[in-house]
Amino acid sequence: MASQASYPEELLYHREHDWARIEGDTATFGITWHAQDSLGEVVFFEPPAVGTTVTQDQPYTEVESVKAVSDVIAPLSGEVVEVNEALGKAPEAINDDPYGAGWMVKVRISDPDQAQALLERDAYVALIS
Amino acid sequence: MELGARMGAFAGWDMPIRYGDGQIAEHLAVRSTAGAFDVSHMGQIETSGAQAAELLAHLCTNDVAAIPIGGAQYGLLLNEDGGVLDDVINYRLEADRFLTVTNAANHAADFDWFRAHRDGFDAEVTDRAGDYAMIAVQGPLAREIVQAVASAPLPERMTVGTRTINGAEALVAATGYTGEDGVEILLAPDDAPAVWNVLVRRGAKPAGLAARDTLRTEACYHLYGNDLSADRGPIEAGLGWACRRGGGYIGAEAVEAARADPPPQKLVPFVVLDRGAARPGDQVIGGGVVTSGTFSPSLEQGIGLAYLPLETAVPGTEFEIDVRGKTRRARVEKRPLLKV
Repeated sequence: MASQASYPEELLYHREHDWARIEGDTATFGITWHAQDSLGEVVFFEPPAVGTTVTQDQPYTEVESVKAVSDVIAPLSGEVVEVNEALGKAPEAINDDPYGAGWMVKVRISDPDQAQALLERDAYVALIS
Repeated sequence: MELGARMGAFAGWDMPIRYGDGQIAEHLAVRSTAGAFDVSHMGQIETSGAQAAELLAHLCTNDVAAIPIGGAQYGLLLNEDGGVLDDVINYRLEADRFLTVTNAANHAADFDWFRAHRDGFDAEVTDRAGDYAMIAVQGPLAREIVQAVASAPLPERMTVGTRTINGAEALVAATGYTGEDGVEILLAPDDAPAVWNVLVRRGAKPAGLAARDTLRTEACYHLYGNDLSADRGPIEAGLGWACRRGGGYIGAEAVEAARADPPPQKLVPFVVLDRGAARPGDQVIGGGVVTSGTFSPSLEQGIGLAYLPLETAVPGTEFEIDVRGKTRRARVEKRPLLKV
């Protein structure tokens, strides 16, 4: 597991411990270091189907660790355009590299203004500390 | 906390849930080499006096009188209705002196229960929970690691004796909760850190409660509060073997009635055939409930224990569990789920 807590500056954070990397009209979603640390080792991840509509603040998939199952919350609304298929076979990437190889979905965002409801890094770190 | 431990609260104790490498690594270390668990939250009650054995036999379901000096035995405390108050290990330290190891969450109530039933017996009961720290060393190399710092050969399986461990006086019991060989070391709290450190230095991997839970589930050991409660009796929990024939203990009439006319459900181990794990509280379709459920690091699939209707509580039978709204197929297995 990635042992050092990290929260990159360039991401936006949802208070349910999800991150979004916005690039133009698409955004990549994943869960934060804090989320994967709380869950422990992830053993199952089933991404939603491409084309699925996701809604801000609503669960769009589940992540299962040895000890628990947890909903994954969409930080923004939109349509899933790509999923990280590699996580099906290697879900441990969510622990090892939560902001890189552990990304979960890419979404074409439907309402860019929703980003205003997300937290900057420092606000998220304050929330979890 | 120097080991990168992730702590959590349990029954008023700050407990190591897992250490730095994660619970899967800890689990696999216990299966392949050895792990060390700080289980100091476990409680201890000493029962002593001329009628110590009689008092314990009145309180415990198993055949306490048959425990030899230096022997260990699993047993249950029941209420009058036959509901399970706790599951315990009794160590016979001397002919008229026993140590009962209790579950942390039940310890205070257990001690009250012992005291409330002491009248009429020539016996004393003493709360010893504050006098002992407890380190469990488990795994195929556990004995070797402990033996290297022990004053004398370690006790054989299911026996207990006094030894010096790394210079500290300790009660060493060849018992455990993982399915592996190993020992549990009871010693003065002040002596525990040095013993812990020497065992870890000699190769026992620090392991937390999360790994302990997956290990005991693979071994099909009951967890009080999940698989055992005052609402269920020993027969439906599959613990009839720990209830002596002939009665004479609190709850015996209910146990005998359940033997004669079995309750409608029985606790059985299962594996999940689909992806994902079932969790405690998940409902079995057609009746029944999951009481222990986790991902098995050794088997790499969902496993657990569930109360099922008698007609399906048969090894090989497939059934379905409602896992968070999704139907998952599962199959009843023989115990243990993992043979070590």
